[in-house]
Amino acid sequence: MNPGMTLLSMERVTGGYGDADILHEVDLKVEKGEIVVVVGPNGAGKSTAMKAVFGLVRVRRGHIWFDGSPVAGWTPDRIVRRGVCYVPQVDNVFRDMTVHENLEMGAFIRRGDLSAAFDKVYGLFPDLVSKRREAAGRLSGGQRQMVAMGRALMLDPKLLLLDEPTAGLSPKYMERIFEIVRDVRAAGVSILLVEQHAKQALAFADRGYVLAAGRNRRDGTGGALLADPEIARLFLGG
Amino acid sequence: MTLLDFVNFHVVPGLVLGSIYALGAIGVTLVFGVMRFAHLAHGDLATLGAFVALGVVRFAGVGPWQALPVAMLVAAAVAIGADRLFYEHLRKRPLILTVIASLGVALMLRSLVQVGFGVDPQSYVRGLVRPDVFFGIRVREREVLTVLTAFGLVAALGAFLAYTRWGKAMRAMSDNPDLARLSGVDTRVVTALTWGVVGALAAAAGFFLGLNTELRSMMGWQMLLPMFAAAILGGVGRVEGALLGGLVVGLVEETSVIFLPAQYKSATAFVILLAMLAVRPTGLLRGKVL
Repeated sequence: MNPGMTLLSMERVTGGYGDADILHEVDLKVEKGEIVVVVGPNGAGKSTAMKAVFGLVRVRRGHIWFDGSPVAGWTPDRIVRRGVCYVPQVDNVFRDMTVHENLEMGAFIRRGDLSAAFDKVYGLFPDLVSKRREAAGRLSGGQRQMVAMGRALMLDPKLLLLDEPTAGLSPKYMERIFEIVRDVRAAGVSILLVEQHAKQALAFADRGYVLAAGRNRRDGTGGALLADPEIARLFLGG
Repeated sequence: MTLLDFVNFHVVPGLVLGSIYALGAIGVTLVFGVMRFAHLAHGDLATLGAFVALGVVRFAGVGPWQALPVAMLVAAAVAIGADRLFYEHLRKRPLILTVIASLGVALMLRSLVQVGFGVDPQSYVRGLVRPDVFFGIRVREREVLTVLTAFGLVAALGAFLAYTRWGKAMRAMSDNPDLARLSGVDTRVVTALTWGVVGALAAAAGFFLGLNTELRSMMGWQMLLPMFAAAILGGVGRVEGALLGGLVVGLVEETSVIFLPAQYKSATAFVILLAMLAVRPTGLLRGKVL
């Protein structure tokens, strides 16, 4: 691939929380316009790898490049301004604030007219339009996940980081969320996705990474990983 | 006892005291919501505000109402300063340390007041004020103004929280501090803003208590319990709950004298506090923090 098309690149990243390293020389790339999925067993460091991109993990060695800038060690708000938005797995909405206010908070660092951003997000999540005046904490799990993604999309990011957006959702909502992920990509946003539902996610991902015990185990196109018998046996539940 | 007597001797003073408690309880609830700790210096911050107003009245020769904005500004600055000096570096340690530090700040503020103004009761204006009578209801002008100003301040705070950029940021930080940070909210600004609002409201509470009774260096400390009772009654973290809680505690205290000797008046707040913690610790309006 053309190196000019690379949006995010982690190179031999080692780091974690406090003194303990969770990631060991992890390599990961997202090209412009890609959906990249990170899968692996519990405790593999999937979420930690994502948080490292967003400055929430201490990176001890290695480099993280985003859109030409070395972002390792940056604070989250600086990375947000550069065009990366992150949706945590849990506690990802302001429960007592309305849906509309949640979206507004997503664009907190941006001044001026937000109506175009609101239109875009409500266009992606039509289910939210009728709920705009409701407190986000009163919505169903799937709708709350949409609010969380919508909040992150208000800044028009280049890269969206999604940490297990389908955790705890019914299969129906999982399909809906995956559909939205594809819509978001179609709107020009690259996506790095950490998923427990590995098979379903790899089925629509451009590429995937398998992490285990904080190290790269395998990477390739979604289809190639799904077809790999060893990966299937070890990580995808047969 | 006639209904008119009940209104004159219990409802009117209850509403006045309740408005004062409400202003204090809103500060308690804001600190709890945004900073997640019980601020024990809150009462003495109110005392400081009351005495700053007294100082302005004495030295600038203005009326107490002109002194109120000055007192609110000074108390806001003191609250922000206390946070910077005494609470900020404890932020990453267990919260109980900040609670204890706030007790230290309470003692410091009270001592400052005692050094400056002595320990004898004082008042803003000398002489008795005769109440006006409307349809048999006796109220003093200052009582009406106390309730109106208190409600005005609460309404202004409500509008600030509901409609302004930084008001929403304050609610966001109270709601989900991590997500607020991820959204690019500068938590230092929100923290300073919260302390400013809290200090100003505490000063107003102290001022109104001094205006309607007298100024004593222990006045705020003695108001701490009813303010916390009001905040918990309304649901910790909820401004509208603190307003409701303040009014309820004020009215209950002033009607308790029908059934109990007057010395037990302040114990009723304690009973409310215990009862709420035992039965419904989330408060009447389901608090966000407890």
